[in-house]
Amino acid sequence: MGSITLEHVNKSFGGVEVIPDISLEIADGEFIVFVGPSGCGKSTLLRLIAGLEDVTSGRILIDGEDVSRAAPAQRKLSMVFQSYALYPHMSVRGNIAFPLKMEKAPREKIDQAVNNAAAILNLTDYLDRKPRQLSGGQRQRVAIGRAIVRQPKAFLFDEPLSNLDAALRVAMRLEISELHNKLKTTMVYVTHDQVEAMTMADKIVVLNAGRVEQFGSPLELYQRPANTFVAGFIGSPRMNFIDGAEAARHGAHTIGVRPEHLVVTPEGGDWSGVVKVSEHLGSDTFLHVDVDGIGALTARAPGDVPFRHGETVGLSPMNGRLYRFDAQGLAL
Amino acid sequence: MARAVSTRRKLAFTALAWIVALVVFFPILWAFLTSFKTEGTAIAAPPKFLFFEWTLENYRTVLERSNYFRFLGNSIITAVGSTLLGLVVAIPAAWAMAFSPTRRTKDVLMWMLSTKMLPAVGVLVPITMLFRMMGLTDTHLGLVLVLTLINLPIIVWMLFTYFKEIPVDILEAARMDGASLRQEVIYVLTPMAIPGIASTLLLNIILAWNESFWTIVLTTTQATPLPAFIAAYSSPEGLFWAKLSAASMMAIAPILIMGWFSQKQLVRGLTFGAVK
Repeated sequence: MGSITLEHVNKSFGGVEVIPDISLEIADGEFIVFVGPSGCGKSTLLRLIAGLEDVTSGRILIDGEDVSRAAPAQRKLSMVFQSYALYPHMSVRGNIAFPLKMEKAPREKIDQAVNNAAAILNLTDYLDRKPRQLSGGQRQRVAIGRAIVRQPKAFLFDEPLSNLDAALRVAMRLEISELHNKLKTTMVYVTHDQVEAMTMADKIVVLNAGRVEQFGSPLELYQRPANTFVAGFIGSPRMNFIDGAEAARHGAHTIGVRPEHLVVTPEGGDWSGVVKVSEHLGSDTFLHVDVDGIGALTARAPGDVPFRHGETVGLSPMNGRLYRFDAQGLAL
Repeated sequence: MARAVSTRRKLAFTALAWIVALVVFFPILWAFLTSFKTEGTAIAAPPKFLFFEWTLENYRTVLERSNYFRFLGNSIITAVGSTLLGLVVAIPAAWAMAFSPTRRTKDVLMWMLSTKMLPAVGVLVPITMLFRMMGLTDTHLGLVLVLTLINLPIIVWMLFTYFKEIPVDILEAARMDGASLRQEVIYVLTPMAIPGIASTLLLNIILAWNESFWTIVLTTTQATPLPAFIAAYSSPEGLFWAKLSAASMMAIAPILIMGWFSQKQLVRGLTFGAVK
């Protein structure tokens, strides 16, 4: 079991309030992703759950038990760090065995757990190596191995993939998702990468300036963003926002439309503009269009559209795909 | 073509390095050679380089005339003593500054280092007076104290830099993994800090061993370490180059041998922060 509850959690460093007031329910077995721009407090929130920082006020409950003042080890959670944080003087075996050794587990139990973890993570051939003799991906797997041997109530991941190159990141993303399917243990995962958030999460917590902007499934966030911040943060390329007269025409302070929901035509359309840059990705083409009286809009068109720099095109939002926001940026 | 040029450059730099090394090393080499000459040959002009009658006479005389092993014993006591005392004070200090820094940590470090910028002579009078009043003149305790004090800033700085290199993440990982503070110190921190502590220890023994100003000024007969032993041979009766050289060789030999055996550790320690 591993449900985590945050009740009015507040954290200040000195006089600076990093997290004003967060309440959150994480059910057992869920894969939760905290996402947000750097400095939004997502890592701090994770460290509060881990017990590496103390809450200034509020409560943290794990399986209904108040652990707000408990030491990290007593919370029975495991953490995977961005820097891997492996013990450099110990072999892979020593690293993975470390949590069990601290528990003073019997020798056979340690060996068995280490071999199990190594088998799951393809590390069997590397057990006697030192961390410095491993590649980035292997090191990250050792860190995960060290986390799973304890059979924790929940795993905490602090931007675990950001030190890896792009290809490896995609592969490790899949591995972590598979691991979650296999272990069915609660996972709390922090990232600034919305693609990671969208692909891995059961539920996403979008954080901004220490506040929860929205909490929901990836598709909920994509389809029904609560405000302009979430609308702009989730989805790539980001949503186009239009203010002023055009928005007022739709009865809103701001309207938003995603690049993939703009239909591009050679002429006509709701808005007409000049192609500034056309980025061909093969599968898609991103058109950056300058529209008179509105500004720059990005459209996601099929890979084979012929439009080039300097050409005039027409843009129209798809039916029902226009988002409306009020003056506070909240969805209407 | 490019390769030929780079080889030539490499040769030039190698030659330059050898020349610089020889220039630096020459006084020691010369003292070494002189220590095997007779007093007459030692001052011969033009000087004789290798082809002279080698003799161990100087070493015999030096050993007869003064109690080398007492000086050696004093040097070991004061160098090792001051280093251990320094580490006892500096490890917690550097530890605290590296792992829980405050706004003034940088200032404290700078202030400690600034004490090394004052010439020793500047505090000669107050220190000799304090030593006389407290009865510390010519005692092992006195020397250990003064050597600890003059080298403490360097020990703290070195340890601080090493401890700083230990990533906080790793300590937090240990905490997450259920290590108690005691287990964290034994299994994680100490193994990671030992190379740094070892090279600080070695360097400090060398510094304390070679300190001559305070050791000569603050001792007379009882606690005199090896630098005073050398100085005794540049006495008012006149300079005896050959015996002075022999005494110098005997004074530096122990530390040279220790440095030789621990050079790997020393170099590794001194470049700890440089290569990652």
